[in-house]
Amino acid sequence: MSNTDASPSPAIVPDFDSEVGAGRKIAFICSKGNLDMAYPGLILANAALGEGAEVHLFFTFWGFDMINKKTMGDLKFTMLGNTATHMPQGLGGLPGMTAMATSRFKKSIADLDVPAVPEFLEQIVASGGHLWACRMSADMNKLTMEDLYDEVEGIISATDFIEKTEGFQLLFI
Amino acid sequence: MPVTTLDGHQINVNDEGFLADPKEWTDDIGKALAAQIGITLTDAHWKAIRFLRQDFETQGETATLRRVSTVGGIPIKELFALFPQKPAKKMAYVAGLPKPVGCV
Repeated sequence: MSNTDASPSPAIVPDFDSEVGAGRKIAFICSKGNLDMAYPGLILANAALGEGAEVHLFFTFWGFDMINKKTMGDLKFTMLGNTATHMPQGLGGLPGMTAMATSRFKKSIADLDVPAVPEFLEQIVASGGHLWACRMSADMNKLTMEDLYDEVEGIISATDFIEKTEGFQLLFI
Repeated sequence: MPVTTLDGHQINVNDEGFLADPKEWTDDIGKALAAQIGITLTDAHWKAIRFLRQDFETQGETATLRRVSTVGGIPIKELFALFPQKPAKKMAYVAGLPKPVGCV
């Protein structure tokens, strides 16, 4: 059967491994310890890994709470000082409000099948992401590798981090 | 929507090359799509693809990597090994489904 009329175009193949995006490297500096501010870095880092980028996360200052075994599963979300909740600020100061806001936040995150912080870090590491802790934050809080999430690769100085991420795209969160 | 011929099958694809109609997909097309991106399908690949197809049927959207791992039971590390670099997109492509839209 000759089929000269309906001449289909040659196969279109998605450009999964294009030269342009090859070798992309991104580092995320996570500096916040609030539950709501832990997520942007985790979500973006995870997305970057899914796009084949090399990804490093550097936890510094309050961001240390995300990798401190004692706090990582217990980050909090508060309405206080957060006008984006569009609630009267005075409400946020009432006893129990932070606990309530936190549990609501956790529920909405879980409803979207987005993992809790420790599990999210596990997923990022399984996807090939690298976790680093900030030397000064460790020293200030008298914390060692023992206190940190097992998959953290090391406690490094700001200079180490800058050296390590030469040529990277950087995102400070 | 462009029409293209793949390994003797005529299929409708979108501008990127993903199948426009998941119903046009067959195992043979899956094999041919995988070959297009340099992947030879093993049983482990098929397990992921079968899950994706079946999940799409019930959910109406393409499972994210996380869903393939938590619901489909295939560890994320393995998915990265099977479909290197961009596992979520590559799996969807081979399974004849749209790219996943979920963020995580």
